[in-house]
Amino acid sequence: MFDGQPIKLGAAPHRRAALLGLAMAACLVSAGSARAQTEILNVSYDPTRELYREINAAFSEEWKAKTGETVTVRASHGGSGAQARTVIDGIPADVVTLGIPSDIDAIARLSKKIPADWRTKLPNEGLPYTSTVVFLVRKGNPKGVKDWDDLAKPDVKVITPNPKTSAGGRWNFLAAWGYAYEKDGRDKEKANAFVGSLYKNVPVLDTGARGSTVTFAQRGLGDVLPTWENEAFLVLEEFGKDKFDIVVPPTSIYAEPPVALVDANVDKRGTRKQAEAYLQFLYSDKAQAIFAKHHYRPIKREAAKPEDLAQLPEIKLFKIEDLQGSWDDIQKANFDNGGLFDQLSRAGR
Amino acid sequence: MSEALAQGPITGPRDETLRPPASVVTERRVVRWLLIAVALTFLGLFLVLPLLTVFAQALAKGWGAYFAAFAEPDAQAAIRLTLIVAAIAVPFNLVFGVAASWAIAKFEFRGKNLLVTLIDLPFSVSPVVSGLIYVLVFGSRGLFGPFLVEHDIQIIFAVPGIVLATIFVTFPFVARQLIPLMQEQGTAEEEAALTLGASGWHAFRTVTLPNIRWGLLYSVLLCNARAMGEFGAVSVVSGHIRGLTNTLPLHVEILYNEYNFVAAFAVASLLAGLALVTLAVKSVLEWRYADDIAAGARRH
Repeated sequence: MFDGQPIKLGAAPHRRAALLGLAMAACLVSAGSARAQTEILNVSYDPTRELYREINAAFSEEWKAKTGETVTVRASHGGSGAQARTVIDGIPADVVTLGIPSDIDAIARLSKKIPADWRTKLPNEGLPYTSTVVFLVRKGNPKGVKDWDDLAKPDVKVITPNPKTSAGGRWNFLAAWGYAYEKDGRDKEKANAFVGSLYKNVPVLDTGARGSTVTFAQRGLGDVLPTWENEAFLVLEEFGKDKFDIVVPPTSIYAEPPVALVDANVDKRGTRKQAEAYLQFLYSDKAQAIFAKHHYRPIKREAAKPEDLAQLPEIKLFKIEDLQGSWDDIQKANFDNGGLFDQLSRAGR
Repeated sequence: MSEALAQGPITGPRDETLRPPASVVTERRVVRWLLIAVALTFLGLFLVLPLLTVFAQALAKGWGAYFAAFAEPDAQAAIRLTLIVAAIAVPFNLVFGVAASWAIAKFEFRGKNLLVTLIDLPFSVSPVVSGLIYVLVFGSRGLFGPFLVEHDIQIIFAVPGIVLATIFVTFPFVARQLIPLMQEQGTAEEEAALTLGASGWHAFRTVTLPNIRWGLLYSVLLCNARAMGEFGAVSVVSGHIRGLTNTLPLHVEILYNEYNFVAAFAVASLLAGLALVTLAVKSVLEWRYADDIAAGARRH
C-alpha cells in the first residue's frame, strides 16, 4: 500500500493500531455475550409500554416467590410490523407480544424461529386479551364524529398510523373496511372505495400507534384518532379528560393482539422454562386483572375488577376473518406490496 | 459571543482601509446591521429558543423531578451505554483518523484518492442507511447471519452493533480535520528528524504529533459529540431493549412517547449540556490555536 513513498517512517504505529483494533474487537465480543442473571426479552408493540411494565414486575415477583430465582423481563416496544422485522433480523426475543396475528405469521414464515402452528400452542389462539378500535376526538366533538361514516367526510382530518408498519394502523384499516362491507350489502368494491375516501383524509401516517397518539394529542393535528381502546383511555388519563372525548362507534372490529414463544431463541438461550411460565402467567387471574386495569379486554372477565370492566363499553364487534378469510389472505389482499392499501395510496395521490 | 460576531466585521475594515465617502458608510452600516439582525434573529429563533425550551421543560416540575429522571435505572443504563459506546468509538476513530491522514498527507501511493473519497462516505450516506447496512451484513438473514447464529454471537440489537454504527457515522471527523492540516505542514520536518537519526516512530511522536495536537483535540471533541448524540443509525441497530440497548438519544424518544415530558427533556438537557460544553471548548480552541487547527496559516 505504501509503495513509492518519499520517506520511510517506521511501521510501529500501524502495529499499534492493529493491536488496539484487536483489543477492541475482543471488547465487542465479550460485551455481547456477557449475561449475568436470567433475563427474558419480550418484544412487544407500541402502546403496551405501561401495561407490560406492570405485568413484568408482577411476573418477576411471582416467579421469585415460586422458584427463588430472579428473572428480569426486558421489554422493547415499537410499531408491531417493525418489531416483527427486528425479530426476523435476529433480536434475541424470548417471547413476542404483537398487535396482530399476521406479524407473528411473518416471523414464522421468514425466520422459522416460531412454528407455523403457533396459534395452537396457547389458550384462546394465543390471545390472553383482546381489544377494539374506538375514536378519540377533541373536547366537545366539534366535527360531530359518531360513526365510521364521519371519518370519510371531506372536512374531517383523521390521524392513523401506517398500516404497513403498525398493527393499530391495520386494525383501523380493517375496521373501516369491515364496517363499510357490512353496511353496504357486502359489496367489496364499495368497501374498498369507502376506505379510499377515508385515507384521503389522513394528513400524516406515523410508523406506530404511539407516534400517531403523540401527533394527535401533543402536536394537535387532526380531528379524530381512531385507535386502540386502551390507547384512547390512556390519553384521557395522561392529558386530562377536559381536552379529549372518547367516541364509541356502534360497531367496530374484534382486535386480536396475540402472544407467542420464540422457540428457536429460548432453546438457544436456555430460557424456555421462564419464557413459557411468563406466557402462562398472562392467562393467570393476576395478569387478567392487570389487563382490565389498563383497558384491554381480558378473556377471563371474572378475574377483573368490576369497575375496570364497567369502563369497557358494549360494542358490536365483528371478526375480520369472518369477512375476508385466513390471515394469510387478509395480509396479502390488503397490506402486502401491491395490496389494497398500495392501490388506494396510488389512486389517492 | 454575539458581541464578538457583531464587532468583527464593523471594526475590521476601519483599521486598514481608507475612509470611504460618508454616504456609503451609512448605507453599508445600515445594511450590515440589518444582516446581523437577521442572522441573530434567525439564530435566536431556531437555535437559542429551542435550547432554552429544553431546559425550561426539563425544569417544569422543579429540580426534584429533574433529578428523578436520572435516578431511573433505565436512564442510568442509557447513560452508561452512551459512555461505553463513545469510549470505544472515539479512540478507534482517533487511531484510524491519525493513521489515515498520516498516510494520505505524508505518502504517495496508488488508490489514495479512492481512500479520501471513502473516508467521506459516511457524511454523504443517510444515517438510516448506515444502520441498515449493518442489519444486512450482521442480521440473522444477512451476509454473516448464519455464521453468527451458529457461533452464538450477537452483533446487531446489542452493544457491538451500536458501536459499529457509531464508528461508521463518526468515521470522517478526525481524518477530515487532520488531512488538510498535515498536508499543509508537509514532510520537511519529519525528513529533518529522520536525517538526524530519529526512528520513524520517534519522528512521529516528537515531530508529527505535537504539530497536530490541537487539531486532533478539536476533531476528537466533534467526534465525541456526534458519537454520543447519534440517533438514526443507532436506532436501526438498537432493537430498543430498555436498560440494555438504548442510548441517551433513544431514551429521550422513548420517554417522550410515554408522555413523560419532564424526564424526556431532563435527559435531553444532558445532551444539550454536552453540546454546550463541546461548543465552549471548541470556541476556546479556535480562538487560541486557530493556526494549529486549520490548514491555511503557514507555521513558523
